[in-house]
Amino acid sequence: MAHFTKATSVKDWLNQRMAVEKLEKVMMSEYWIPKNINFLWAMGMVLVITFALLLVSGIFLLMYYQPNVATAFDSVNYTIMREVDFGWLWRHVHGVAASVVFLIIYIHMFTGIYYGSYKKGREMIWISGMLLFVAFSAEAFSGYMLPWGQMSYWAGMVITNLFSGGSLHADGLVEWIRGDYVPAQAFLTRFFMLHVLLIPLAIMGLIGLHFGALRIPHVNNQDGEEIDFDVEAKKYLDGDKAGSKVMRFANDFMAKDMMVVGVYLVFFFYLVFYNYGFAMDPVNFDPADGLKTPAHIYPEWYFLWSYEILRPFSIDVGLIAFAFAQVIFMLLPFLDRSPNTVPASRRGAFKYWFWLMLINMIILTAMGKLPPAGIFSTIGFVSAILFIVMWIALPFITASEKKV
Amino acid sequence: MHNSSRRGFMGKAFGAVAGVGAVGSLVAMKKSWDPLPSVKAAGFTTLDMSIYQENELIVEKWRGKPIFVLKKTADMVAKQTEVQKVRDIVVDGSHYMVCIGLCTHLGCIPAYDAAAEGFLCACHGGQFDFSGMVTHVPPPRGFDIPPFKVDGKKLVLGEAGPEYTQMKETGVTL
Repeated sequence: MAHFTKATSVKDWLNQRMAVEKLEKVMMSEYWIPKNINFLWAMGMVLVITFALLLVSGIFLLMYYQPNVATAFDSVNYTIMREVDFGWLWRHVHGVAASVVFLIIYIHMFTGIYYGSYKKGREMIWISGMLLFVAFSAEAFSGYMLPWGQMSYWAGMVITNLFSGGSLHADGLVEWIRGDYVPAQAFLTRFFMLHVLLIPLAIMGLIGLHFGALRIPHVNNQDGEEIDFDVEAKKYLDGDKAGSKVMRFANDFMAKDMMVVGVYLVFFFYLVFYNYGFAMDPVNFDPADGLKTPAHIYPEWYFLWSYEILRPFSIDVGLIAFAFAQVIFMLLPFLDRSPNTVPASRRGAFKYWFWLMLINMIILTAMGKLPPAGIFSTIGFVSAILFIVMWIALPFITASEKKV
Repeated sequence: MHNSSRRGFMGKAFGAVAGVGAVGSLVAMKKSWDPLPSVKAAGFTTLDMSIYQENELIVEKWRGKPIFVLKKTADMVAKQTEVQKVRDIVVDGSHYMVCIGLCTHLGCIPAYDAAAEGFLCACHGGQFDFSGMVTHVPPPRGFDIPPFKVDGKKLVLGEAGPEYTQMKETGVTL
């Protein structure tokens, strides 16, 4: 049996039993972060904080929400919004955070693409990150069902119908997912379960995986420089803090991180208090009605780009294009054939690929919001084709890239 | 060697037990998600076809889904093409379009424009004519026709009569 001595302090007592000092070193003070970074490196912590906000506000909503087709709408719009003290706060925090979390995820993703942070040993960081994106998408969708308004109902109808696979007519699968011929009680209760238990569990597991994947390759830096972390860490610990290329995660990096988080939170609560409307679709303030489709159905802004890739085609081609768009980002580390891990600005053709991809996704997002008619329909169609062509072209563009 | 083969056997034995358990629980999980018997049993709707007005779309309900009922005008019946005509449901001498009122693309409910004698789906821009045939993609096919049986002046939805069976066999509906 391990040998224990009389403890000299609470910390020593814990240290003997759980090695808290060692844990603190491994997780915080001797977890090394490159110095050559900018504010975009704080997005991970911003996401952690946003997830915490979602979790806390969700817990309070959960105490009054009723997952029943007869009472769900009123439990949100009457009980939580009017009766519960500060109920509006939890709802607006939850709604705004659900929307803003995707904005930060997209910034986080495109930062990674720009700096090549998915390459040379960082593939698992990228893949686990994309799995998180999928899990967050499922979480957002299942949560969107819960107020049981018109948009909840019809988004539920349309998205579950995707699983019929177009001409495959897998109507049995769709009915199995719903537990009914149309979205009804069984559907609401199971999506409630997914939203409050199964998907959050998956998200927490994936966050652990994402952090674990970061451990060995470490965080990338602004020049994609390969740093010998052992040498630089020794330099730091030996007293040459200025000469070392790395710093401690805590408190060095955390201090800067939390500064960015502070600025972000001011912006976030500005939205919650004064500008929450963008996260509260007016159509969803009508109770669900299975016999009346709203005049214009569109998803929340963060799904618009992939929705626009689905829309301009006939159903089978559309579904294939949609499926392509859903998985293709996951394969980025393997489609990028270039040996260079440097910012896109130093990578020749890839620089144009990056900016064109970003602009094209913004165009797809804008077109997805507009009614599918006339010139917008054409622009959306061209953008969707361009999206697919660009991904197919990526391996060829990057394979011919010169080593820098 | 002796030890490791014993360990190997134990591993396989556990694997077999766990495998049976895993398959069993997957079956239970799958079945738990199936539509309940009460949901499946609520299945039949009877429509009195004599109450409808010409070129006025009425939305009925069957299995939670909207059912479009449109009594065709003499003009519509006269100008119908063969493709449109085979979708007709004739009850007591009048011609009707009776369809599941969900866009065959992703299940939105299209709106009927009586002046244009056609449907427009607002979700993705699909269009249908007065017989329920597609005139503009993305929907892959015309409105589906629910199982029906003509019973005098009435129409029973959920039960397959000879007219419906023939439509299904000839591929008029799914």
